Amino acid sequence: MPLSALTGTRLRERRLALGLKQAELAQRVGISASYLNLIEHNRRRIADDLLTTMAQALDVPLATLQEGHAGQLVDGLRAAAAAVPGAAAEVERVEDLLGRFPGWSAALVELHDRSRALGRVVEVLNDRMAHDPHLSASLHEVLSAVSSVRTTAAILADTEDIDADWRARFHRNLHEDSERLAQGAEALVAYLDASGQGQDHTISTPQDEVESWAEACDWDLAHAEDIAQSPHLASAAGRVLAAGLQAQYATDLAAIPTPAFNSAMAAGADPLTLARSFGVPVLAAFRRMALRAGSGFGLLICDGSGTLTLRKAIAGFSPPRFGAACPLWPLFTALARPETPVEAVIALPGPQGARLRARAFAQVRYPGGFRGPELREAAMLLAPEPAGAEPALEVGPTCRICPRPACPARREPSILQG
Amino acid sequence: MPGRVLLIEDEPNIAEAIRFILSREGCEVVVEADGARALSRIADCAPDLVILDLMLPGMSGLEILSALRANPETLGLKVLMLTAKGQGRDREAAERAGVSAFMAKPFANAEMRAKVRALLEG
Repeated sequence: MPLSALTGTRLRERRLALGLKQAELAQRVGISASYLNLIEHNRRRIADDLLTTMAQALDVPLATLQEGHAGQLVDGLRAAAAAVPGAAAEVERVEDLLGRFPGWSAALVELHDRSRALGRVVEVLNDRMAHDPHLSASLHEVLSAVSSVRTTAAILADTEDIDADWRARFHRNLHEDSERLAQGAEALVAYLDASGQGQDHTISTPQDEVESWAEACDWDLAHAEDIAQSPHLASAAGRVLAAGLQAQYATDLAAIPTPAFNSAMAAGADPLTLARSFGVPVLAAFRRMALRAGSGFGLLICDGSGTLTLRKAIAGFSPPRFGAACPLWPLFTALARPETPVEAVIALPGPQGARLRARAFAQVRYPGGFRGPELREAAMLLAPEPAGAEPALEVGPTCRICPRPACPARREPSILQG
Repeated sequence: MPGRVLLIEDEPNIAEAIRFILSREGCEVVVEADGARALSRIADCAPDLVILDLMLPGMSGLEILSALRANPETLGLKVLMLTAKGQGRDREAAERAGVSAFMAKPFANAEMRAKVRALLEG
């Protein structure tokens, strides 16, 4: 049955516009007036064939009565209610709410979406303030200048018998420090101001450049911007990394051609079966599944030190840009147990936190043979997981910005704990 | 409060201001911007107190403090460490390494005088 909470309202508006009584319309379409009343107040769902008959009786296109947007609003209202569990919102009456107050409902969903977006910005900024070496150095520069100005100014104010040479020297120092302070403050403001705007000059590492470049083409790297010309790839290191990723992407694509890949996915392939079917490493199957336009999968890859070498984000989960990640991620479980598939449902903290299905796998290489080093690489594929009975492993982004106070894996206090 | 102070600080204007303040209190102040060089000069300098900035280029204040505590001749030397607000974890590390006192930047000059006096006379 099609559902639209607005369908009933739209029916009612159209009927009133035509000057029809409920009983008249009900008779034309072969239902009782009381049933029509329930439909118009969104208390009953309306069957496909009845809706078609209604559209004919009211002389409107069927699509006018079907409102896809309403379904999104219902989902949005449910998400808003779930974000505030203490409010005990009457979720079972969500369609009633939407039918009666569509404008208020849209406003509520819009506010909830904005709240989620702001939460993500706060997470990114907290992460940056905690771990960004550039910001740390900038703040130290400003603090040093402030310290010097304060001490020097106090000397000049408090020392009545200071001789002329010292006075001149301190005046000169004050002038130097005030200029340094002004420049440092301007640089900090510009840096922080840019952090929430997604502008290119916020990019601070070659890896960030590569991810920005890949996101610009929705990870369809065969159609990415030219590496030499891309404004996202500002550094030589970023261009080298991008070229490596693009070459690997081409190799993965050749090994698992799109038609065969689509057939395998339609047949319910998972990374292991996909890898086995095409005779490729499991991590190649992970990349093939995640790195394509509209894939819906997030992907994190780390090296043997646990350093994230690739981050394809997924809604509700922002991996840290700086510093070490949460040690509870299945990614690191896999890293410690190479060639062993690890699967878990994970839950991120807070109202913005997503529930995701994580599948992780690690591989070991010996590029130098027996005498060479052992190189490990692990990947974690992330997909949205609907609410269900399966218990979720509670993880975080990184300790510094994770609000779980009693986490057994905590390395350091969180700045989010009062 | 007469005494010899070795000030290890890489910010020249702060170093100059501290030297001025403490000199007027009767201290002899030796300034060194480089941590490794300060360590090599410490025997000749024979200070009564070391004022040590936490964030120094090259050898950090924490490394210098550890080196001082590892040397029997400087094991008991009083060390006043200058830190920035928000360096809580570094302060904890400095406490474990045996720092005598802290002072957060930016500081009041009266606070600097009082801390130095307390350390020299204590």
